[in-house]
Amino acid sequence: MFPTPVENTSPAWRLTYQSLLPLALLMWLAPLLAVALFSVKPEAEFVSGGYWDLPSYFAGFENYGRVFFESDMPRYMLNSVLITVPTVVGCVILSTMTGFALGIYRFRANIWIFFMFVAGNFVPFQILMVPVRDITLDMGLYNTKTGLVLFHIAFQTGFCTLFMRNFIRALPFELIEAARVEGIAEWRIFWYIVLPLMKPAIAAMSVLIFTFIWNDYFWAVVLTQGAESQPVTAGITSFNAQYRAAYHLMSAGSIVAALPPVAMFFMMQRHFIAGLTLGAVK
Amino acid sequence: MCSVSKASLTVVTAMSLLTNVALAQDKTEKLSGELIIFSDMSNPAPRATMEGMTKRFGEMHPDLEIKLTVIDREAYKTQIRNFLSANPPDVANWYAANRMKPYVEAGLFEDVSDLWEGQISEELGSTKAAMTLDGKQWGVPYTYYQWGVYYRKDVYEELGLLEPGTFAELKSNCQAILDSGRKCFTIGSKFLWTAGGWFDYINMRTNGYDFHAALTGGEIPWTDDRVKATFANWRELIDMGAYVDNHQSYSWQESLPFIVKGEATAILIGNFGVAPMREGGLDDSKLDFYQFPKIAEDVALAEDAPTDTFHIPSGAKNKEAARAFLRFVVSAENQTLINNGKNLGQLPVNANSSVDDDKFLKEGFVMLSANSSGGVAQFFDRDTPAEMASVAMEGLQEFMVLPDNLDDILARLEQARQRIYK
Amino acid sequence: MTPTAMPTTEYKKLRSLNKRNEIAITPWLFLAPGVLFFLFYVIFPIFQSFDVSLYQWDGLGEARYVGLANYQELVNDRAFEISLWNNLKWLVLYLLAIPAGLFIALFLNQTVTGIRLYKSLFFFPFVISQIVVGLVFSWFYDPTFGLLNVMLGWVGLGPINVLGDPQTVTYGIIAAGLWPQTAYCMILYLTGLNAVDPEQIEAGRLDGAKGARMLWYIILPQLKPATFIAFVVTIIGALRSFDLISIMTNGGPFGSSRVLSFYMFEKALSEYGFRMGYGAAIAVVLFLIMLVFIAYFLWSMFQEERGR
Repeated sequence: MFPTPVENTSPAWRLTYQSLLPLALLMWLAPLLAVALFSVKPEAEFVSGGYWDLPSYFAGFENYGRVFFESDMPRYMLNSVLITVPTVVGCVILSTMTGFALGIYRFRANIWIFFMFVAGNFVPFQILMVPVRDITLDMGLYNTKTGLVLFHIAFQTGFCTLFMRNFIRALPFELIEAARVEGIAEWRIFWYIVLPLMKPAIAAMSVLIFTFIWNDYFWAVVLTQGAESQPVTAGITSFNAQYRAAYHLMSAGSIVAALPPVAMFFMMQRHFIAGLTLGAVK
Repeated sequence: MCSVSKASLTVVTAMSLLTNVALAQDKTEKLSGELIIFSDMSNPAPRATMEGMTKRFGEMHPDLEIKLTVIDREAYKTQIRNFLSANPPDVANWYAANRMKPYVEAGLFEDVSDLWEGQISEELGSTKAAMTLDGKQWGVPYTYYQWGVYYRKDVYEELGLLEPGTFAELKSNCQAILDSGRKCFTIGSKFLWTAGGWFDYINMRTNGYDFHAALTGGEIPWTDDRVKATFANWRELIDMGAYVDNHQSYSWQESLPFIVKGEATAILIGNFGVAPMREGGLDDSKLDFYQFPKIAEDVALAEDAPTDTFHIPSGAKNKEAARAFLRFVVSAENQTLINNGKNLGQLPVNANSSVDDDKFLKEGFVMLSANSSGGVAQFFDRDTPAEMASVAMEGLQEFMVLPDNLDDILARLEQARQRIYK
Repeated sequence: MTPTAMPTTEYKKLRSLNKRNEIAITPWLFLAPGVLFFLFYVIFPIFQSFDVSLYQWDGLGEARYVGLANYQELVNDRAFEISLWNNLKWLVLYLLAIPAGLFIALFLNQTVTGIRLYKSLFFFPFVISQIVVGLVFSWFYDPTFGLLNVMLGWVGLGPINVLGDPQTVTYGIIAAGLWPQTAYCMILYLTGLNAVDPEQIEAGRLDGAKGARMLWYIILPQLKPATFIAFVVTIIGALRSFDLISIMTNGGPFGSSRVLSFYMFEKALSEYGFRMGYGAAIAVVLFLIMLVFIAYFLWSMFQEERGR
C-alpha cells in the first residue's frame, strides 16, 4: 500500500495523522458548514449583522418550514423528480441496447459508431443550444418536462453507451458463444444472459445519471421556464431572487435543493464510485 | 398637489360607481378557459400585490382559471423574448417606451389600441405617449414611480445637515458624512442598472433632458465632451469615496443593509426601495427623500419616472380574458389599491385614482407634476436600445470601480453605438 | 429451443447461415433507437450550428445569409477576447484538480477507523449541484460577511472582494470549481491506488525508493489510467464552466469573468441578444477548441483498442 500505512509508522506521525484528518475535513467542508449554519439561524441575526455568531436559538424549523410551505420549492423538487427519473429509465433502456450491440458484435462500423457516441458526449453544450432549442420548439415541447427529458436521454446515451459497452466487453465472451452454440436467439441472449449480468453496471449508471440530470442547470434554463416545468436548479435562482439578501432562507433552500443527490450518493455509494471510476483502474 | 388625494376622494367614490358598472359588464362577458400570466413582480411586496390582484380578478370570473407564474425580475429580462416567441402567455409584464420597441417591431405584442378608446384614454392620458409606437398602443401601464435620493434623516439631523439644493451642497454634505465615518451613498451595481440611474441624473443635471434623450437615442457620440463633463462630475463623488465599497458585488437589495444599519446615509433609487427599507426598520422619522439637486445652474430639472406595464403577447390564446384583465388592472379602483403603501407603494397611472397618503408618494407626485419642467425620462435601460443599454451599463459599472478607464470605456461605447444604431 | 433430433448437416448449414444473418442484423436493430436519437439531438445539431453561424438571425424572422461576417465581428469584439482568455485560464488552472486530487487521495489512502466516512465526506462536494456550489462560494467570498474574509482577518489580512475585482474574479470562480473537481479526481485516484500492485511497492522499497521517488517512479506509472480519465473529465469540466459563472457573477463585474460558453448564451438568448448567428459563431469557436481535445481522447482510446 502506498503511502505507508500509518499503523507501521512512528507513533508521533500516527497521532498527527489522526488529528489532522478531522481538521482537514473541517476545512474542506467549511463553506458548506457555513451554509448549514446559516440555514438554522433566525432572520434577526442577519439584520443585526451577527453573521457568524452562534444562533441565539435554533430556527431551522421556521426557515425550512418557509421553504417547504411558502415557496415554489416543493413544486420545483417534484419537477426535478419527474425529469430525472424518466431520463434515467430512458438512458438505461437505450444504452443497454447500444452497449450490447457494440460490446458483443464485431462489424466494421462498430468502432466508428462507438467513437461517435464518445465524441458526442464531449461536445460543449453551446454548440447544440440553438438547434436543440429550435427542435424542441418545433415539436411543441418547449417549456415541457418531456422536451427536457427527451434531450437528456439522447445526450446521456453517449456517455451511457461508453459505460455499458466497456462493461460488456469485460464480460466473459465464452458465455455468449456457448449460448450461440445452443442456438439461442440473439435477443434472448441479450435478455436472459447479458442483462442479468449488467445489473451492477445499470445500478452504477443510474445513480450517476440521476446526479448529472438532477444537477443540470444549463438545459433547464434553455428549454424551460417557470415553476410548471423547471427543475430545482433553475428554481433555486428564482427562489433566491424572491428572498434576495434573506440568507437564512437562501441557505435552507440550497440545502433542500442539494439533498436528493446527496442522499442518493450516501445510499448507493458503492455503485456511485464504481460508476465514476470505471476505467480508472486497469 | 397634495390636495389631489383629498379632492380625488370624492371623484374616486364617483368613479368606483362607474367601474362597478364596468365590472358588472365584465362579468356578463362570462370569461372562461385559462388565463396565463407571466409576471416579473418577484420582490416580496410586488409579488403579494400581483397575487392579490389576480385573486380578486379570479373571484370576479369564477369560470376563468388563472395561472400566474412569477419569474425573477432580473431573469425575466432575459427570458421574455424567449417566451414571447416560444411559449406566449396571455398577459406579460414589461416596461414602457423604447424598452418595448423590439417586441412591437417583431410583432410579438398585440395591438391593444381598442382598449385605449374612450374613457381609459383620458384616465391614463399622462402615460399614453409612453405606450404608443407607430400611433398605436401596445399595452397598459400599471404603475410608475419617482426616482430620487432617500436618506437617513436622523443621521442628517445628527450631523446638522440639510437637504442639498445644489451639487456643491451635496458634496459638502457628503464630506461631512465621510468625516463622521460613514459612506454617503449605498448602491448595489451587480445587475448594472442602478449605475444607470446615477448616470441618468448626473447627465440630465449636467447637460439637460434634451441632450440626455439625444444621447440615449444614439444621436450623440459617447466621446462627446459634454458626456465627459458628466463623467467628470460623477468622478468627483467617486474620488471622494462617496459610495460603499464593493458595490459591484451586490444587488440593490443586498445594498440596503448599509443604509438600514447607518453605514451609508443615502441611496439613489426608485420608490420601490422604500418598502424593504421600512421593513428593515427605517420609519418615516429616519428615512426621508430629496430630489436630486441641480448641477448646472441653467439646466431645468428632469426626472426619471419609469412606467411598468402589462402587455398581451400576439401569440396569446385567451385574448378576450387578457383584455378584461388589462382593463381591470388600470381601473381607478384597482390602481388606488395596488399602488398604496401596503402594496406597491408607487404612483397610480389612472388620473381618477388617489395617491396614497404616504410621505414618499406624495412628495414624488408633487415632484413629478410640479418640479420636473425639464422632462420625464423612463430610465437609462428603457430609453436606450437593449443591446446598447447592456454594453453601456457595463461600462458605467466599470467606471464606478475603475474611473481611470474612462477613455477606454467611452471608446468602446462609441464603437457599440455606431454598430447598434446603424 | 435445443432441437432434440440430431440435425442433418444441411439443416446445420442452413441454421448457421441463419444464425450468421441474425448476428449481422441484430446489432443494427439494437443500435437503431439509440443511434437515431443521438444523431437527431446531438450530431446533426452540431452541423446545424455551423450553418446558423453564417446567418444573421434573431430566432424569429427570416435568417439572412452573411457569410463569415459573424466571425469577422468576433475578431474585434473585446468581450470575446476576454472570454477566450478566461477560457484559457480555466483550462490551465482547472488541471490543478488533478494533483490536488492525487494529494488528497494519498492523504486518505489509509485504513484507520472511520476512513470510509472520511472518504465519502471528502467526495461530497462533487455530488452537489454547481448552482449550490456557486451560491456557497459567493457567500464564502462575500466582502462583508464571507468566511474567507473572516479567516483572513484572523491572520491580519484582507478584506478582499474576490468576485468584485476584475483581476481576481475568474480565479475566484475557478477555485470554486476546483472544489468539486478535486473531489472527483480524488475518488479516481483512490480507486487507482487500491489497484496498485503491492509487490512492486515492496520491490521498490527493497531498492531503497521512498516518498517522492517511489511516487514518481513506481506509483504514478500505475495510476496512468486514472490520470487519463481525470484529465479528460477535467478538460471537459473546464470548457463547460457555465453554471458557476452564471450564478456567481453573471459574467461581471463589467464582463470580466465571462467565458465562451457563458458569452454565447448571453448573445443568443438574453433580452437584447437573440443574435443566434453570432452566438452560434461563438459556439463554433468553443467547439473547435474542444475538438482538439476530443481528437486527442479518441486517438488515445483508439490506440488502446488496438492494443487489446
